[in-house]
Amino acid sequence: MTSTLEIRDLHVTVESDGADKEILTGVTLTIRAGETHAVMGPNGSGKSTLAYAIAGHPKYTVTSGAITLDGEDVLAMSVDERARAGVFLAMQYPVEVPGVSVSNFLRSSATAVRGEAPKLRLWVKEQKEAMARLEMDPAFSERSVNEGFSGGEKKRHEILQLELLRPRFAVLDETDSGLDVDALRVVSEGINRVRESGETGVLLITHYTRILNYIKPDFVHVFVRGKIAESGTADLADELEANGYAKYGVEALAPAGGRSLPTGPVLPGVVSPA
Amino acid sequence: MASALSTEREALKATGGVMDGAIATNVKPSTPRSPADVRPERIRSADPDVFGVPTGREEEWRFTPLARLRPLLDGAVSDARLEVTSTLPDGVELVGVPTAEVDVPLPVDRLAALALQRCGSSLVLRVPKGLELDEPVVVRLAGTGPGHVVWGHVVVELAEQSRATVVLEHVGSASYAAVVSVLVGDGAALQLVQVQNWADDTLHAAHVASRLGRDATLRSTQVTLGGSLVRVTETVDFTAPGGDVELRGVSFADDGQHLEHRLLVDHSVPHCRSRVTYKSALQGEQAHTVWIGDVLIRAAAEGTDTYELNRNLLLTPEARADSVPNLEIETGEIAGAGHASATGRFDDEQLFYLMARGIPADAARRMVVRGFFAEVVESIGVPDLEERLMATIETELERAFT
Ligand SMILES: Nc1ncnc2c1ncn2[C@@H]1O[C@H](COP(=O)(O)OP(=O)(O)O)[C@@H](O)[C@H]1O
Ligand SMILES: [Mg+2]
Repeated sequence: MTSTLEIRDLHVTVESDGADKEILTGVTLTIRAGETHAVMGPNGSGKSTLAYAIAGHPKYTVTSGAITLDGEDVLAMSVDERARAGVFLAMQYPVEVPGVSVSNFLRSSATAVRGEAPKLRLWVKEQKEAMARLEMDPAFSERSVNEGFSGGEKKRHEILQLELLRPRFAVLDETDSGLDVDALRVVSEGINRVRESGETGVLLITHYTRILNYIKPDFVHVFVRGKIAESGTADLADELEANGYAKYGVEALAPAGGRSLPTGPVLPGVVSPA
Repeated sequence: MASALSTEREALKATGGVMDGAIATNVKPSTPRSPADVRPERIRSADPDVFGVPTGREEEWRFTPLARLRPLLDGAVSDARLEVTSTLPDGVELVGVPTAEVDVPLPVDRLAALALQRCGSSLVLRVPKGLELDEPVVVRLAGTGPGHVVWGHVVVELAEQSRATVVLEHVGSASYAAVVSVLVGDGAALQLVQVQNWADDTLHAAHVASRLGRDATLRSTQVTLGGSLVRVTETVDFTAPGGDVELRGVSFADDGQHLEHRLLVDHSVPHCRSRVTYKSALQGEQAHTVWIGDVLIRAAAEGTDTYELNRNLLLTPEARADSVPNLEIETGEIAGAGHASATGRFDDEQLFYLMARGIPADAARRMVVRGFFAEVVESIGVPDLEERLMATIETELERAFT
């Protein structure tokens, strides 16, 4: 039986300045294992909010709607339970965890997700090989998680986890942003290796069509103002590439493809440059 | 000679020392330091009355919950003892000696003076001249109940050119005030580890008073995990050039614990080196750690090389870490001097990230604290010992995070 992640009429608020602000305004989406869905939308449309809501980040409150994984209520699960149930989030801004080494982190994650500690010798080999495929220096395993990593290193590290944890569903939040051409290729190849197994459903969140040259989605969804405005096949991405989001009533800051806007963490009180 | 005691910043600029005073926002304001705050003189005396009874307004008592320390401050005469068990390699002697017969560094505060005055006899561990030990010496002191006040004096004495690893472990329940005199002879090297693994109701006030001979080496590690109130003052006196000390510490303060470590490294002679690395992690209401790092470089102490570092990790917002590095420099002719202090939070984003990889919240906290401490413990450089200490720490963390 293929696994199914079902999101139905999802409404999500976030607390901002003491008031609840609705960010997701009714998202409905079904992903089956083996499928790749690209979600594209302008900055601020709520893509990361969708990703966090699926993973269970405490700052995002689901006010109505449902998320189920093979019929099981994902919203009733804690963050770690969701991960163990097979939901994975590659973060747009991976978090630094000083004092915890990458190798300790990876092994602890694998132990938690697999339900038993991998045999040490096999694990060392597995980790080493996975790192080599992502062209990561073995010395990374002794560094603190994400501490002092460059943007590209953080993203490789996220995809390393994806490959080691082999989730049933992976939400990849702007994994492509901030990567140079080489890193984009390496990271895309990692994602494709996981897709090829046919056992993982992928929700590929992106701002640009660039990554779609490497990863061919089965479906493309245009995300505007907290919901899906249009769904289609890979052709839809080409149309976005040509016309941007203008037809959805969004002032285009830049065409969806092409030129990169600088992206960085949005800090409270800091307005990102327009 | 008039002592030209400059303010820390000026002195550092003058000497090209390093300064990294990144004190994080969530450190509770430890009253701002100004030259006026720098104590002009530090009293050392065997007479308790020279110090007076602390009121809490004194610089050295202002962080300590004195009410809780009352049973010790009252100074009642008591002949209660801790139970001593030990593992002694061949050639090492552990004996009781009348306190009056040992020559040790002078007490630094009233409780230390009371301990020496009241304890009657001293427990003396001697490593004879030239003996080099591979096996650690382990002395375990066990409290049998918090009801009785215990006054104690332990002496760790390494005769010249000897080398040893000594573990002093504190367990059980007690109200214990003690002096630990650490005498490292010329050319001797001591690796000293003290573990405070007391029961929750224990009061422990100690003065660890080290004195180093020429070219002597001291590595001192404090692992403070258990106890209601633990207050350790560690002083280092150099008596001749070539002394080399590294003082390390890790403490984990849980709900209601007050764990205080005060260091005074007195560079009074030329060409000695000191390194201080202390880390504490805290969680829960009323969890409190205090770290005071006083390093004094006297006018005569040319060629001094010193650096101190304190890091604190708050696992919950109500916990409180006070951190006061303090460098006083009376000579410009030094090799290096600096300090760093920072308090950070284990925040919700870190917790989320680890949990999003399947790791349960408790295990995530444990991982972070373990990693934080491992950096200190692994600098000891004795793998067996490191493993034992990490296992002890692990047990404590498992208890705390389940
Ligand atoms: N933690 C948060 N606190 C306050 N506002 C938030 C938070 N997360 C997202 N938002 C707001 O929600 C909207 C959508 O943000 P986000 O989901 O990050 O969009 P995208 O990923 O599509 O760029 C933005 O207006 C953003 O400011
Ligand atoms: Mg985003």
